[in-house]
Amino acid sequence: MGKHVVVIGGGTAGMEAAGQLAKEGFEVSLVEKEEETGGHIKDWYKLFPDRRNSSEIRDYLEKKVTSKSIRIMTGTYIEKFHSYRDGFSLFTQDGTELKADAVVVATGFDLFKSEKKEEYGYGIYDNVITSADLEAMFRKGKISMSDGMTPKTVGFVHCVGSRDEKAGNFYCSKLCCVTAVKQAIEVREHLPESKVFSFYMDMRMGGAYYEELYREAQEVWGINFIRGKVSEASESINNKIVIKVEDTLAGRPLKMELDMLVLMAGMEMSEGGNRIAALSGLKKGENRFFAPLDHHFANNLSNVKGVFFAGTCTAPMNITETISHARSAVSEVINYFNNTNS
Amino acid sequence: MDKFGFAISKGRQIDWEANNRKVADFIRENEPSFKLCIACGGCTATCTAGKFTEFSLRELNILIHRGENTKPMNDLKKCMLCGKCTLVCPRGVNTRNVVFSARKAFQIFGDDAF
Amino acid sequence: MHFEPFIIPFNIGLYFILIYVVTRSIVWFMELSRPDKLRLQRGFFGKAFGQSLKEIFLESLIHRKILKTNPRLGYMHMSLAFGWFLLILFGTIEADVFGESHLNAPYKAIFFKFFNPDHGKTAFEAAYAFMMDFILAFILSGLLIAILKRFSTKAVGMKKTTKLKTIDKVALTSLWLIFPSRLIAESLTSGAYGTGSFLTGSLGSLLASFLPAREAAYPFWWLYSLSLGTFFVLLPLTRYLHIPTELFLIFMRNSGISTGDKAGTFSEVQVHSCSSCGICIDQCQLNSSAGINNIQSAYLMNAIRNNDDTGEIAQNCLLCGRCDLKCPVGIELSPIRMIQRRNGESQFNYANTWKGYFRNRQNQVVQKPTSGNAYDYLPEKDSENADVLYFAGCMTHLTPSIKNAMTTILDASGLNWSFIDENGGVCCGRPLMLAGQDKEARELINYNSQIIWKSGAHTLVTSCPICYKVFRESYYLDVEVLHHTQFINNLIEEGSVKMNFLNKRVTYHTPCELGRGSGVYDEPKDVIRHVARLESTGFDDENSLCCGGSLGNIKLSSVKRRKIAFDVTAELTKCNPDYVTTACPLCKKTLAQATSTRVADISELVAEAIVIPAAKKNKRQNLLVRQSAGII
Repeated sequence: MGKHVVVIGGGTAGMEAAGQLAKEGFEVSLVEKEEETGGHIKDWYKLFPDRRNSSEIRDYLEKKVTSKSIRIMTGTYIEKFHSYRDGFSLFTQDGTELKADAVVVATGFDLFKSEKKEEYGYGIYDNVITSADLEAMFRKGKISMSDGMTPKTVGFVHCVGSRDEKAGNFYCSKLCCVTAVKQAIEVREHLPESKVFSFYMDMRMGGAYYEELYREAQEVWGINFIRGKVSEASESINNKIVIKVEDTLAGRPLKMELDMLVLMAGMEMSEGGNRIAALSGLKKGENRFFAPLDHHFANNLSNVKGVFFAGTCTAPMNITETISHARSAVSEVINYFNNTNS
Repeated sequence: MDKFGFAISKGRQIDWEANNRKVADFIRENEPSFKLCIACGGCTATCTAGKFTEFSLRELNILIHRGENTKPMNDLKKCMLCGKCTLVCPRGVNTRNVVFSARKAFQIFGDDAF
Repeated sequence: MHFEPFIIPFNIGLYFILIYVVTRSIVWFMELSRPDKLRLQRGFFGKAFGQSLKEIFLESLIHRKILKTNPRLGYMHMSLAFGWFLLILFGTIEADVFGESHLNAPYKAIFFKFFNPDHGKTAFEAAYAFMMDFILAFILSGLLIAILKRFSTKAVGMKKTTKLKTIDKVALTSLWLIFPSRLIAESLTSGAYGTGSFLTGSLGSLLASFLPAREAAYPFWWLYSLSLGTFFVLLPLTRYLHIPTELFLIFMRNSGISTGDKAGTFSEVQVHSCSSCGICIDQCQLNSSAGINNIQSAYLMNAIRNNDDTGEIAQNCLLCGRCDLKCPVGIELSPIRMIQRRNGESQFNYANTWKGYFRNRQNQVVQKPTSGNAYDYLPEKDSENADVLYFAGCMTHLTPSIKNAMTTILDASGLNWSFIDENGGVCCGRPLMLAGQDKEARELINYNSQIIWKSGAHTLVTSCPICYKVFRESYYLDVEVLHHTQFINNLIEEGSVKMNFLNKRVTYHTPCELGRGSGVYDEPKDVIRHVARLESTGFDDENSLCCGGSLGNIKLSSVKRRKIAFDVTAELTKCNPDYVTTACPLCKKTLAQATSTRVADISELVAEAIVIPAAKKNKRQNLLVRQSAGII
């Protein structure tokens, strides 16, 4: 058909969209600002709910974008974005022009910067880490504290930067609860002698087999789920983390010291996405993610004709949903070309 | 509760119909954010007074919502109004004003609150 | 000289207001406490007399403070006040010099042109008439601005002005009619007789050319007299009572009388001295950022005067002190608001009597259901003996970076110090006081004071300006109370600590309770200049903005606080600094929510810059190791 589509963002959504577009016979340019494609999935260890290896997904995506019709441009980002009546003209930072008949925005998400919740002590106390830091430890195969010792008690704090008016994010990031359950199980797998605690406001297990994973966490792995929002953390005299939390279901304050505290950082609109929004005039919603034209039946369409959204740049979603969203974006692109042709 | 439904031990039950929720209504009018509480317990966790005595703002708020006013009336004076709870609340409830308004409500209504 | 009936309204008004003011002043004087009575007597017959006259001239007439804040508004007030004063002064002289006798009733001066229509023919008379016309023109120019202000506040350089009640509007109208009616009356009379100067003469000739000037003048003289009379009679019921009250206030203030914690004569006099000029509304961030415009000080004063329930109005205020700073009458706005907050607990209630011309104080003690002490649950606490105590404060526990920084700095100082609220302490008590609950606060103050006394320390350092203010003002301590910026400044000056220079550009946000609240402006800035490059924001020292976090406002929603914080950080980051610095944990938390620029406490900067000698670096570590090894 000779049409050229530019996909901005080489993560899960971007790669799936690019691969699907190539299958449908389009020319694709996949623009990725990092030196490697793969986005966040490069950093994951095992994926919920079944704890399969993330590299399997990565391999699938890499294979999908191996095609003569896809030009992968890593280490590249968009500096200028012009819309015309019959197409788009995008310029990369080294001046290369990409003339596009349609654009798919797949800029993904960034994790909430946990230093902003100062009372949890990330960056201040040695053994307060984020879920991303923990995942990196899993990939290395070693979970250790800052002094190299193995932690005996690990606590997970849910909703860091999500559902929190003080952090500026009212929304729920959807995936952190199941991630916390998964990581709690993985800690117990790696350190069978450890005791693991999960401090939550709610347990949001809204995906296929998520609730079953929660059951497994309790039944098989003996993880302790305590309902209470951790208000602050401090360091005790022997470098243990002391948390202040009320066990709301027991109705009494809890006194507890932990070796390690893991903060479940939420998802936010990515910096790259914000840049594209400023360049292109794409609208953002109140939650600062991109605003789809319609939440129910036009979730891939944007306020600019010919620009489509794929993946977590519109809202928190898991990998299954991301891949589906990318495929439906491609279907919208095809629709768009058919309508403009006729 | 005898024709159909189930019997609950009378001493334990929260009798929704019998309870007087005047105080809750007063607070809701003076501090609309009172409606936003999800009882996460962050306020109780950080509370200055809670370090020294039994005092759970989360529990007192829930009880006021339900119209169970005895414990709130007795316990609310323990609050030092320090404001840490307001700074921690993820829903943005103005907890300091909730305590302030609750104390005022009990002062105004007196026995009428029960 | 036959009797003219039109002078009657004026005479009634004038004698009424004179008697009223004298009576009211006597009542107020009698209601003063004994020490204050002595102060006033000493002041009146002493230095304060000259000082007060000078202030009356500069502020009540020239309105210098308003001129400095807002020149257009100042000109408007000045022209009316000073102009009218000059008119009366020179008019009286005019009547005495040029009139029939040398001591005349006031009406002869006011209606001089009517009774001496031929005046103005000789050179000296003409010159005098020119001056009188000039003063009248001066007043009318200000009047034009006043009328314009009612329709467009922007034209006078204000964002918003006070909303008026009906009686204020009636008094306003009569005030506005006085000088135009004088102008027309004098012009018509001048026109009929061919006298008058540049204003009245020219206008007079113009009018006389097509009107029967002599007859037409008469109703305008009536209007002049009626508007004067109405204004004087209504004056005590409206904000214009500030004209005589302000004079009394100036004498009282210069005699050393201050507001204090309870309602009394001085607070009454201040309340009535408010002219509703609206400068406080303009300064208020609740107005400009949060869109709240019915609780500012002018409205509070109004509500107190009208005996409205001030509960909601009094509580909804950041207590930042920006309005206190700019009030041209120098009313102690925040202390008066605090009195209203305490009113809910006990004290006096006022009732308007004599159709509102007087107010009577009635004692009314509010019954509180709680008897006994609210904080009996606090445990006996042992104090560690130390020379220097560090009290972080409740809020600082939510900003651990400040606690850690201060720990580093205190360790580096080599002093024998103790962290008295390390595991959380008892609140200093000021948040209770800000809500008007002094009695409860006193319990906490007593508890904390015990701990401080028992420790034997000579210095108390705190990180929170709110605690700092209350330790200094309401605790009875014999220790030196320092905010941590002052403590660090001392260390630097003594040479106890060495610091590197961080190559960063920073702006400084002065916390309300530390700056305007406690007068500490220089030490924080001096400390910053030792470690970084400090840039001005245009909102420095007393003019600093309030972050919005204020514990002084118990009513404000988090959404509106964030809006204030956004507007403030926009100003603080205009010059693109590397960091925004502050000296208060609450300010830090509030501002950090509203900007992506790093917000750091001064102690954090110092801790980053400090050079710790090797021996001292491990002091705390060594202490811990020895403790856990059971050696100590």
